Amino acid sequence: MLSQPTAADPVAFRAAQPGAEAWVSALCSHPTWSPVQNALKGIAEKMIHSLFLINCSGDIFLEKHWKSVVSQSVCDYFFEAQEKAIDVENVPPVISTPHHYLISIYRDKIFFVSVIQTEVPPLFVIEFLHRVADTFQDYFGECSETAIKDNVVIVYELLEEMLDNGFPLATESNILKELIKPPTILRSVVNSITGSSNVGDTLPTGQLSNIPWRRAGVKYTNNEAYFDVIEEIDAIIDKSGSTVFAEIQGVIDSCIKLSGMPDLSLSFMNPRLLDDVSFHPCIRFKRWESERVLSFIPPDGNFRLISYRVSSQNLVAIPVYVKHLISFKENSSSGRFDVTIGPKQNMGKTVEGVVMTVHMPKAVLNMNLTATQGSYTFDPVTKVLAWDVGKITPQKLPNLKGIVNLQSGAPKPEENPSLNIQFKIQQLAISGLKVNRLDMYGEKYKPFKGVKYITKAGKFQVRT
Amino acid sequence: MAASPAYGEEKGGSSSLGEPEYGHDPASGGIFASDYKRHDDLKEMLDSNKDSLKLEAMKRIVAMIARGKNASDLFPAVVKNVACKNIEVKKLVYVYLVRYAEEQQDLALLSISTFQRGLKDPNQLIRASALRVLSSIRVPIIVPIMMLAIKEAASDMSPYVRKTAAHAIPKLYSLDSDQKDQLIEVIEKLLADKTTLVAGSVVMAFEEVCPERIDLIHKNYRKLCNLLIDVEEWGQVVIINMLTRYARTQFLSPNQNESLLEESAEKAFYGSEEEDTKDAKAEAASLAKRKPYVMDPDHRLLLRNTKPLLQSRNAAVVMAVAQLYFHLAPKAEVGVIAKALVRLLRSHSEVQYVVLQNVATMSIKRRGMFEPYLKSFYIRSTDPTQIKILKLEVLTNLANETNISTILREFQTYIRSMDKDFVAATIQAIGRCATNIGKVRDTCLNGLVQLLSNRDELVVAESVVVIKKLLQMQPAQHSEIIKHMAKLTDNIQVPMARASILWLIGEYCEHVPKIAPDVLRKMAKSFTNEEDIVKLQVINLAAKLYLTNSKQSKLLTQYVLNLAKYDQNYDIRDRARFIRQLIVPTEKSGALNKYAKKLFLAQKPAPILESSFKDRDHFQLGSLSHLLNAKAVGYQELPDWPDEAPDPSVRNVEVPEWTKCTSREKRKDKVEKPFYSDSEGESGPTESADSEPESDSEESGSSSSSGTSSSSSEEEDEEEEEGGSEEQSEDKEGEEEEEEKRKKKKEKGGPRKASPRSVGSEEEEEAEGKKVKKAAGPQGKKGHAESSSEEASASESSSSGSDSGTEAPTVVEAKRRKVIPSSKAGPKEISLLDLDDFTPPPPQPVPSSSIISTSLVTDLEGLTLTDTSLAPALLSPAFGAVRTYELLHRMAGEGLSVEYCFSRRPFPGDPHMVAVQIQISNNTDAEVKSLRVSEPKLLAGMRIQEFPEIESLAPGDTASVVMGIDFCDSTQAANFQLCTHTRHFYVSIQPPVGELMAPVFMSENEFRKEQEHLARRGEGKLTGMSEITEKLTLPEKCRSDHAIVQQVTSAANVGRVPCGADNEYRFAAKTVTSGSLVLITLEWREGAAAQLTVNSEKMVIGTMLVKDIIQALAQ
Repeated sequence: MLSQPTAADPVAFRAAQPGAEAWVSALCSHPTWSPVQNALKGIAEKMIHSLFLINCSGDIFLEKHWKSVVSQSVCDYFFEAQEKAIDVENVPPVISTPHHYLISIYRDKIFFVSVIQTEVPPLFVIEFLHRVADTFQDYFGECSETAIKDNVVIVYELLEEMLDNGFPLATESNILKELIKPPTILRSVVNSITGSSNVGDTLPTGQLSNIPWRRAGVKYTNNEAYFDVIEEIDAIIDKSGSTVFAEIQGVIDSCIKLSGMPDLSLSFMNPRLLDDVSFHPCIRFKRWESERVLSFIPPDGNFRLISYRVSSQNLVAIPVYVKHLISFKENSSSGRFDVTIGPKQNMGKTVEGVVMTVHMPKAVLNMNLTATQGSYTFDPVTKVLAWDVGKITPQKLPNLKGIVNLQSGAPKPEENPSLNIQFKIQQLAISGLKVNRLDMYGEKYKPFKGVKYITKAGKFQVRT
Repeated sequence: MAASPAYGEEKGGSSSLGEPEYGHDPASGGIFASDYKRHDDLKEMLDSNKDSLKLEAMKRIVAMIARGKNASDLFPAVVKNVACKNIEVKKLVYVYLVRYAEEQQDLALLSISTFQRGLKDPNQLIRASALRVLSSIRVPIIVPIMMLAIKEAASDMSPYVRKTAAHAIPKLYSLDSDQKDQLIEVIEKLLADKTTLVAGSVVMAFEEVCPERIDLIHKNYRKLCNLLIDVEEWGQVVIINMLTRYARTQFLSPNQNESLLEESAEKAFYGSEEEDTKDAKAEAASLAKRKPYVMDPDHRLLLRNTKPLLQSRNAAVVMAVAQLYFHLAPKAEVGVIAKALVRLLRSHSEVQYVVLQNVATMSIKRRGMFEPYLKSFYIRSTDPTQIKILKLEVLTNLANETNISTILREFQTYIRSMDKDFVAATIQAIGRCATNIGKVRDTCLNGLVQLLSNRDELVVAESVVVIKKLLQMQPAQHSEIIKHMAKLTDNIQVPMARASILWLIGEYCEHVPKIAPDVLRKMAKSFTNEEDIVKLQVINLAAKLYLTNSKQSKLLTQYVLNLAKYDQNYDIRDRARFIRQLIVPTEKSGALNKYAKKLFLAQKPAPILESSFKDRDHFQLGSLSHLLNAKAVGYQELPDWPDEAPDPSVRNVEVPEWTKCTSREKRKDKVEKPFYSDSEGESGPTESADSEPESDSEESGSSSSSGTSSSSSEEEDEEEEEGGSEEQSEDKEGEEEEEEKRKKKKEKGGPRKASPRSVGSEEEEEAEGKKVKKAAGPQGKKGHAESSSEEASASESSSSGSDSGTEAPTVVEAKRRKVIPSSKAGPKEISLLDLDDFTPPPPQPVPSSSIISTSLVTDLEGLTLTDTSLAPALLSPAFGAVRTYELLHRMAGEGLSVEYCFSRRPFPGDPHMVAVQIQISNNTDAEVKSLRVSEPKLLAGMRIQEFPEIESLAPGDTASVVMGIDFCDSTQAANFQLCTHTRHFYVSIQPPVGELMAPVFMSENEFRKEQEHLARRGEGKLTGMSEITEKLTLPEKCRSDHAIVQQVTSAANVGRVPCGADNEYRFAAKTVTSGSLVLITLEWREGAAAQLTVNSEKMVIGTMLVKDIIQALAQ
């Protein structure tokens, strides 16, 4: 699947300024295209060499090089692969070019394309790029092209701190925030008046301690700790309504605003539900192993404490059911579509935020439907039907029904489309996980503590 | 505000380079329109005295760089500001310098003195950043300065500066590789650094500069292993990858004995069975003779210390550990990585992509590992195609006889997908399943044949191709399908498919002698309307038929050839002419004619359908090279295991003074052991060959007081790794030893034991053989030890009898009556009777609980159908309140409800299993047939002994059965399916920790000795490893002896140990699987305060037990 352009590849020539390239490549394994050809000396250059940020229309709107400069033209290979893939999701994350490897991620409509010259674990790079995107998100509230362009200097400073010579240096948001303050309107006003700067001039204390994730000297007037237990149900429901596969994936996202150095321990009523857990580095692994208690000195601010999976062998209560009747008539240009969604095993809670999306077959021209509740849209270009249902009330089940218009003459679609369902249930963790208590040691004050539960549909698919 | 305009203005500035697209930016152009030539405005700003102006200018310059615009002409103006006081200006200047210094080397030298000054700054941040920039400036002239700076920084006080020095090493190396030797010295020095901050960076430098100098790692190996968990994530990845390579050069393959076996086993699975199994047997026999493999403790250390990292949030770390386990761990242990890898599948799609590639490779070698997670690889219509295809690959690799039907059902849904590439891949996958699993070959073929009528050309073509391949394997058996396909020629219009069918008929015309000429006849009729590829195959068919059946097809062939002769396509004309010459004998045709048959009807080898991921594992997993399936630049080969292990002592480190002091006492009576506390326990296995009997005896819980014994706390691990051949020899030794003991014992314990044995009814005989021996083993030893301490314990226990004495006799009476018939309880019951001969009986049996239990028993009695011995057994001594758990709720089970409880009796047939009594009631109004357990999904090492199938269960009826589960001393759930004739239910049994043990009986002295022994052993490790103490308050109703004992025994299956002191309660048990001792002491102080201490080698069990007991007492 990976494209491996050969030297004869037209793109290779476009990229490589033919004359110079030919003899250089004969001499050394990895020429650079910078004006100064010192690549001959570099024997082992590892990890991330350069980073390009590319938007959906193919503009390279930011580049950063940690070693010598790599020409933008290397991205041509990426564009070529992108064209071949048709869909953005299908661009292979790793592309091999004659002299470089491109490892890319796609986040929030931006491609982060990194240039690698030698062997490196691909996940290392992918994980790092996602961390970069997370940091942007954290700093600017969104990881969009505009946000990055508006804050290009901070972005550059961040990238400079996050990677040294292509090797990750500081990726913890608490440390970065001590080094480079996130932009706020207030701060930029103050800075312009006082002439102070966004860049910290002391070493982030966290960097040195054995708790590098927490910045020092945190002070709040209201000390608060919030935990959101968010569970997602991944499921595949087959035609007859029985569950092919279901499992619960959960995370605990925390927002901790506590002064000083609090040492927290969070315990569950039923920790054994957690089948597989991955931890934020702050969590003491041994305590968990032995006592099933999450004991940690938290980072300051928002972070993901754990993510977990509830074993797929446990029966998963599926909170909704879908009755569906989708049929396309042979030799006729229409079909029927009738879908009803109803609640099931919802433990007395309301199922809300219900949205159904369906990728209809290509032959579908248009859909003429009536919804008893909510509104639907059908995009005739992408063939996506979206039905925003809202809340489900058991008294009157939402139903969407009507006629499907097919392209005349086209063969009847082979397959009925799968229904993707989203929903939300507040105040409920579907696995039954319950936080027992949160204790704080090391500080005197009494914090305000809060736990919120929510269940959502993850990858919830109904085959029809 | 500060940043946002900068970006816009940069556009104005950069327009001077003659890039009109930015020139008309009105906002910025307006301000600097007066003189934006050659960045004069920026230069002016940089020259000004105001920091704010400088900052503004620098921000705009950086924005230009970010855009990829050339700002090199500003170099002189910028470099002047390198000494600026404002830290943000300074930082931006650094950014600029690093970017352009290479191009302006002379000017760059101007800045060097500033950095040199910075290197001496008292602030470590400034020192570090000076070094960072200095080393990033790629100017060859300053190499000596850099070298000096790095050397100095490597001995800096601040670990942060040392870390920066480590980062600088590869930079200098890439600038001037002649410095290698000096740099290696620095690396060597930094490798010895003890801070976690430095470790990751220096290993990274090592990997880049001198990955071949594996010798530098020796002395630091153990330190790196131990530090690993505290190193930052990125460093962990680098270290783990490096250690994988290291281990491959230093240790022996843990699977060396199995590798041969495994290969042949696999062969046997696919190929012709008999021959291979014979080979395998021969090999197994030869293996048994071979020296047993003993894992190097350092190897074990690495595996143990990396395992927790599987729970890292960082996918790269998880993958690194996974590949380490895959490449280094004994086969039995590799399974642990599956769960973590499956977890990663929830991550971003790029992560999924990489992980699936690796899983695909792993699943070929170690299919069993991912089998429990089969469903996690099911495909959703919303997955990107590249993910779908990888998942398909994994599913195909995982397919075997048992799960193939599920997989094929799943494939059936995929075939109807709208994503045609994916459908094509699915058809190929079906083909592969069909070739690998003979059982389903026909099903697959039929399915594929049906697909031939699919409307989609791609699907048909793909199916025909796959069918063709399948038929080539055994054409003789499938003439039916060939006939069927021949019929299809009437309907199928897809040229590719028609062509493939014709080829098939031609190739196997001998199997369908009647149909083939008829097909040719039809094709001859429609010849002129066919597509070119079809015409070519018609000619082929004609030729083949002419050769085999010239009588019927001679005329037809000539007709076809004549038609072809005048075809528009020259390929077809050529082919016709060529074939005519070849098959129709004429004077000119010459020698070739004779061989025509051989040419056309030669045996064509069947294509092999195998995974494209086969043998990819010669690349280190998780690497770029593995992903690309091609060697990437700079890839370090993963070396093969050595045949002989290199000297392990190279990793020994001088013992620092301070540790000697703390552990001196221990050392006196211990054999010299490596320094690292963690590895201490591990040194057991190294000496194991001779010390086996000793440790064995200890495991089985004897009161061996040696204390110096080498048995480690890692018994669990040890057992796993020893496996196979060694177990056999061990067993023999064990048996011999037991034999001896029994002889000894006969003098003392023998006569006493005779009586219970004889009472011990039929069941005793059922549970014969090994079990009896094992039961006798520890018991015999006990008798030995006890008699020696008889006096002491007798006197003590008489005093301790005060609190329990009142109830004791009656209890014993009652108990004996109940216990004796239930004599399935091997060790328990025998030692019990032993005890009451010379010590007052332990009062733990808790008669009070009979209120609960009897009622329950009567309940159960009514329900019991099968096992007559059930009822009395339920009253067995250690039986407190039985708690039943729900296995399957009536609703979920569609009327079938299942409950289970832990009967606390030894499971007949296997003493390592926990007996689980299962009660099934049929609340439906129909008969439930053939109830059974199937498809257990267990963690490595766990075993399950299913209950015999229940033929039928009438409506309203209840059945009770017993099954055994070996939980491997873990509280992990055992998952399996409960099947009826119609449905399958997924259920799981998770044992409370208290059920993982069986009571042992010991005297107070023995108890103390064991406790001390455990505590002593714990000291060598982290304190608290084998002792957990917790304070608690006893609630009102729990303040009587009786209540306490009852609660404790209800929480855990333990036996009470007599105790001299008032207000102290002792209990002892052994874990069922490994037989490690669990000792419980409860000290009741004034009022409600109490202290609970649990001693056990199994720390996890200990801590969980403490919690459970406290919970029980608090109720």
